[in-house]
Amino acid sequence: MQVLYGRHHVRVFRFGLRLVRSEQVAEDLISEVFLDVWRQAGKFEGRSAVSTWLLAITRFKALSALRRRKDVELDDEAANAIEDTSDDPEVAVQKKDTSEALRKCLTALTAEHREIVDLVYYHEKSVQEVAEIVGIPENTVKTRLFYARKKLAELLKAAGVERGWP
Amino acid sequence: MMATSKKILEQEPSEIEMLLPWHAAGTLNARDSRRVDEALARDLDLARQYAAIREEYAETIHLNESLGAPSARAMQKLFAAIDAEPARRPQASLNVATRFTGFFANLSPRTLAWSASLGAVLLLLQAGVIGEVLMNKRSGSFETASLSTNEPITREFGAAALPRALVRFAPDARVSDITALLDKYQASIIDGAKGGMFRLQFGNKAMTKGEVADLLSRLQSEKIVSLAVAAQ
Repeated sequence: MQVLYGRHHVRVFRFGLRLVRSEQVAEDLISEVFLDVWRQAGKFEGRSAVSTWLLAITRFKALSALRRRKDVELDDEAANAIEDTSDDPEVAVQKKDTSEALRKCLTALTAEHREIVDLVYYHEKSVQEVAEIVGIPENTVKTRLFYARKKLAELLKAAGVERGWP
Repeated sequence: MMATSKKILEQEPSEIEMLLPWHAAGTLNARDSRRVDEALARDLDLARQYAAIREEYAETIHLNESLGAPSARAMQKLFAAIDAEPARRPQASLNVATRFTGFFANLSPRTLAWSASLGAVLLLLQAGVIGEVLMNKRSGSFETASLSTNEPITREFGAAALPRALVRFAPDARVSDITALLDKYQASIIDGAKGGMFRLQFGNKAMTKGEVADLLSRLQSEKIVSLAVAAQ
């Protein structure tokens, strides 16, 4: 378990953190995820990569945590407001830092779009693996990422960054 | 196929457009990767879109890497919770073969190659030690270490010899296939691979000649076995 934890806990934490947007909650999340893995080790059938299995559990736990947080009215929009108290995309562009604006806009995507962008770009998951983690058909995975990227382009455009697409 | 990306605002995206992010991340299969490369070579708009995707890809990695790592508190909490768990039930170890093959399936090819080499070396070392021990005995008998009498209690090896066979696996046999076969026949590799042949020992009790012949026949019919002959 120590080896498994050592190898995967940072990526699990980051994936969870991008979904729940709270370090405290994300830390609690990884403890819960690896405890579940400990309890369910016999159920792992080796048909997918361990990291795919871990990310699927993390996603499930993160959504449960988000549902619990709704009780205190901390919805996604409120979380966005909290996160974006520093430079907004416009300010970042004024600093002529397109990269920073891009990162700000990546943060401003909805949870549904953030997770798919992270799974494909950062966690390097294939179409099939994302479908397995998120629990949606492969074609939906492709179209969802396309529209996440389109939304990202709109946010950048609104912030004054024109990249020639779309 | 020209200017594929121009229609994106009004129409559904093309299949190739939707695959671009996976191409940037290097997670497409060879066939799709080739299709995307060909499309990129002939469509400038698509290539421009791909450049934007490369930027998104780089910044997503940058953003995630900047998130840091969890504190030691998370690990302490986890292992405290594991310590507080009731003792594991035996069911957890029932499907050992599946987890074993899963373990190998998740290793990188490089790790697997190193593990296999190390395993082969250890096996030969073990065979050497066993051989050395046996050569120091005069006949096919052993004596108990705890008795100090001059006339040790002995048993003939022949009376309890377990069935063995020399087996050559098919060149395309995978580790998971071989593990499954060993599990199926309750076999273990006791020596190998000399001339590509492995010496296998079966079960934990002696067999009649008929049973051994039947065993060899079943082995020979396995897809991943190219040769199986009786051995001492």
